[in-house]
Amino acid sequence: MIIQIIVVIIVLSLLGFFIRNTVNNLEALGAEVGYGFLFNPSNYDINQHLIEYSSRSTHLRATMVGLINTGLVAVVGIVLATLIGFVAGVLRLSSNFLVNRLAYIFVEFTRNVPVLLWILLWHGVLIHSLPHPRQAITIYDVTFLANRGFYVPKPLLDPLFWLVAIAAVVAIIGAVIFSKYAKRKQELTGEQLPVIWINSALIVFVPLLVFWLTGTPATLEMPVFEGFNFKGGIVLSPEFIALTLALAVYTGAFIAEIVRAGILSVSHGQTEAAYALGVKPSWTMRLVILPQALRVVVPPMISQYLNLTKNSSLAIAVGYMDVVATIGGISLNQTGRALECMSIVLLIYLCLSLSISAFMNFYNKRISLVER
Amino acid sequence: MAELNKQDYEPGTHVDLAPPVSQVGITGWMRKNLFSTPTNVVLTILTIYFLYKVIPPVLNWAFIDAVFSDLDHRNECREIAGGACWAVVRARLEQFIYGFYPEHLRWRVNLTFVLMFVALLPLLYDNVPKRKYLLWFSLIYPFFAFFMLWGGLGLEDVESAKMGGFMLTVLIGMTGIVVSLPLGIALSLGRHSSAPIIKVLSVWYIEFFRGVPLITLLFVASTLLNYFMPPGTHFDLLLRVIIMVILFAAAYIAEVIRGGLAAIPKGQFEAADALGLSYAKSMRLIILPQALKISIPGIVNTFIGLYKDTTLVVIVGLLDPLGISRATLADSSWQGLSTELYIFIALGFFISCFAMSRYSLYLERKLDTGHRVK
Amino acid sequence: MQVGKYQLFVATIFVGMETQLNNEVKIMRLTKYLSIVVAVLALGVSGVSSAGMLDDIKARGHLQCGINTGLTGFAFTDDAGNWQGFDVALCQAVAAAVFGDASAVKYTNLTGKTRFPSLNAGEVDMLSRNTTWTYSRDVDLKMTFLGVNYYDGQGFIVPAALGVTSATQLDGASVCIQTGTTTELNLADFFRGNNMNYEPVPIETNEEARNSYLAGRCDVYTTDRSGLAATRASLDNPQDHVVLPEIISKEPLGPVVRHGDDEWADIVRWTLNVIIIAEEKGITSENVAAMAAEVQKDAELNRMFGTEGEYGAMLGLSADWVVNVISAVGNYGEIFEKYLGVNTDIGLERGVNALWTDGGLIYSPPYR
Repeated sequence: MIIQIIVVIIVLSLLGFFIRNTVNNLEALGAEVGYGFLFNPSNYDINQHLIEYSSRSTHLRATMVGLINTGLVAVVGIVLATLIGFVAGVLRLSSNFLVNRLAYIFVEFTRNVPVLLWILLWHGVLIHSLPHPRQAITIYDVTFLANRGFYVPKPLLDPLFWLVAIAAVVAIIGAVIFSKYAKRKQELTGEQLPVIWINSALIVFVPLLVFWLTGTPATLEMPVFEGFNFKGGIVLSPEFIALTLALAVYTGAFIAEIVRAGILSVSHGQTEAAYALGVKPSWTMRLVILPQALRVVVPPMISQYLNLTKNSSLAIAVGYMDVVATIGGISLNQTGRALECMSIVLLIYLCLSLSISAFMNFYNKRISLVER
Repeated sequence: MAELNKQDYEPGTHVDLAPPVSQVGITGWMRKNLFSTPTNVVLTILTIYFLYKVIPPVLNWAFIDAVFSDLDHRNECREIAGGACWAVVRARLEQFIYGFYPEHLRWRVNLTFVLMFVALLPLLYDNVPKRKYLLWFSLIYPFFAFFMLWGGLGLEDVESAKMGGFMLTVLIGMTGIVVSLPLGIALSLGRHSSAPIIKVLSVWYIEFFRGVPLITLLFVASTLLNYFMPPGTHFDLLLRVIIMVILFAAAYIAEVIRGGLAAIPKGQFEAADALGLSYAKSMRLIILPQALKISIPGIVNTFIGLYKDTTLVVIVGLLDPLGISRATLADSSWQGLSTELYIFIALGFFISCFAMSRYSLYLERKLDTGHRVK
Repeated sequence: MQVGKYQLFVATIFVGMETQLNNEVKIMRLTKYLSIVVAVLALGVSGVSSAGMLDDIKARGHLQCGINTGLTGFAFTDDAGNWQGFDVALCQAVAAAVFGDASAVKYTNLTGKTRFPSLNAGEVDMLSRNTTWTYSRDVDLKMTFLGVNYYDGQGFIVPAALGVTSATQLDGASVCIQTGTTTELNLADFFRGNNMNYEPVPIETNEEARNSYLAGRCDVYTTDRSGLAATRASLDNPQDHVVLPEIISKEPLGPVVRHGDDEWADIVRWTLNVIIIAEEKGITSENVAAMAAEVQKDAELNRMFGTEGEYGAMLGLSADWVVNVISAVGNYGEIFEKYLGVNTDIGLERGVNALWTDGGLIYSPPYR
């Protein structure tokens, strides 16, 4: 109890100390703290904005644009990192000498070099080795790869397209119902239905059919080279690609080790027992090894996802306009409001991280329930 | 003949017959390791093709067409060959190691660096002769290092702006991990404790520092920390950055040690209580020694992460190896040679981090054979 | 002073706590102990006394000067690791004015983001970091701009092969910009004003921006014209790149100090001024000692050399402070030629940065 009171006193007095100093310092400078500047025009442009934005938009809008850009890198990075991690982790255990050595070299070399350096290197390699848009590498004049980015056609949706969207939702619901039915049937009769095939067909073909029936209510906007750059289509900038790839590969190397450790953690007896029961090797992996490995793999993997999200703040090194580069970067520089801008950035990251950890705790609880 | 057919031996081990060519030697090894299944054959061919495509151009650029001589300008490199211009690394090597530390005082850095290993030795390996005396040295060492690097007490002062390069990396990393260790232990005990206020405060602290990226903390250090101090307070950027790194690392160390604490069976706590030990004593004598021992690999891994993260200080304007490369590239004699410099720095980090991760693996293996709780 | 105020504050908290818990002697002892620890911590970080900055700097024994982290011609390290450049020379000049020793200066490398907070926090005494004098920086950020040592303007560089002759033809182009500067604001205004679209490619440092431009990541690179010249000079084939005629902004660069100490501001301002006057009067680092040794016909020279009047003392400096400055760093023209001029890699003409007598803008109030 006594110790608690003392700790509280120390913490409070430290906080008081900081707050008092801050107030004093700001007073001395004659600057007032306020977030009103957020509603002033930002006066700068952002190259990648998924929502409407121009230099007349407010700083608040710029923050939103940055936040969405951060989210985009995080989501794409996490998906890629998981893929890379699983592939590299499995290759690391391959019986093929060359392959597992190569995977080993990849993992060790990637993990042991700072991620900032990777981002800079990837960016350098992308912009130096890819051709100018004029000589862009192209696939049937539909997608283009150049050192200004990766250009793909952009679907322009007609009003009728919502029917297709509804069809997709219906198909997914149908798939869920079917898999439940199949599971029950298997439990009752032991008969197995080709769930994966039927469900994939359902999800792919139903929307396609509706799409065709409604008279293809969408057109593609092709990227066309015009003047200095490609116009039209969707462009992934080299900054985005470099940042995402660097983060994905770096995090992927860590995930590879996690996956490897996870698979190794499942005792060999499990495999042997499954074989003894006559379970096919591919089924053994899917039904016996992976579910057990996953329980070991998922918690550290989510903390890697968290790291990736936080590391996306290094975007500033290559000029990708994430939340640190917008509100914590240009807005801060232009308005000079360091306290306000940094507090917003810290708050945003805190929210992101805490929601990811909350999800992780939820998941941990769930799998520990499964454990019985 | 009939006896041969019985085959009571492994293929290739018969005393009289030479083993089949396909089972031993290079061929055997290749059959077993490269071409055992159709998938493996495909994988092997793909890998070889990949290596064939990648390795020769890289070797050409990095070694065969590269310039290693001692030159003063990038154009001199271009005149000699079209590959990498390592002359830039050669010209700035000392800066990459020492930053702008005064030349006549560099022996102090060297001495500190060498003695760092002497101080680390008893901590890293437990069968070092005279370990007890060495541990005392380890305890004094941080003060000694501070004195050697910054000067004072008769030694010439060196300002922190002169420190840079890999020396700065090691300095920030080591200080960060050493100072954050006690803080981290305290936080993990706080999180583990039954006192609600302390627990909540520890959790808040840990979640806050683990929740935000280091780079934003460094921005806070470089732009805001002055606001939090009494007006006119002046302490330099390196110190502020180190403080932030310490606070940051402490949260991670706390989580690592929490893992160690969690792995200790409840019986240990109960036994300590049953013996009538006070909280402090039971922690100091029973719990922490075990928890810390389990945590060492995790601490080493945290250190590796921290050591790599020190590259971020370039973004707030400190001259770590990346900062030195920036300053070098701003010199018009060496503009445009970023790839060479980045690769050089990457190699520097790789060597040190790889060595440390090997050590951490060694520790894990050593601890595994011990009495780890399953 | 400040620490005393703070101690009072902490003491109040502790006294408050102690009266509440006065039966707990143990706590009192502990809190007292703690208050001492915290106070010592607070004292441990050096407080600035309320005397003027000049006295503080003299007591400290060196000038703390904020410079760029690396900008060709303005602030860069030579192979020996010493900071050099046009901006650095001004730091050295001020050090020479205060201490008579141009080497009594320590540098703090500041990024676009950290420069104003560092100056405000008193981490540096002055900023000589190619900083543009703008209204909001002067008024809203509470900076004191002390004059202009380089008149710059934002321009564009493009590969000659593009065939672009005017910035108004840049519709749809990708533009590399250095962030943290006024550059991106000017650019947004320029393209908006001309109803053109562009893809901004923001980059942290000049070096990276140059690399991106060379690699073709952008069609055009925009920064201050001095930076463009430096960049162009460093290219392998400078003739393959053209600087477009448009100057889309005014970028008066100069030294900055924080609000609040006008005496200190005067010292930096007049250090810059005497460097300019020196060029005007033909005083160079070579002839300054000889000229100062004898009485000149021009009374302004005598005032500067300290042989007439008490001009140095008015600033709190030595009588021969101007002689120290000029002999240490030379006059404006010398500094310009050494780091930026036509004989350097950068090869800048004086242009608007010529003396007013030569049709330029560089002008100093009289030393009188």
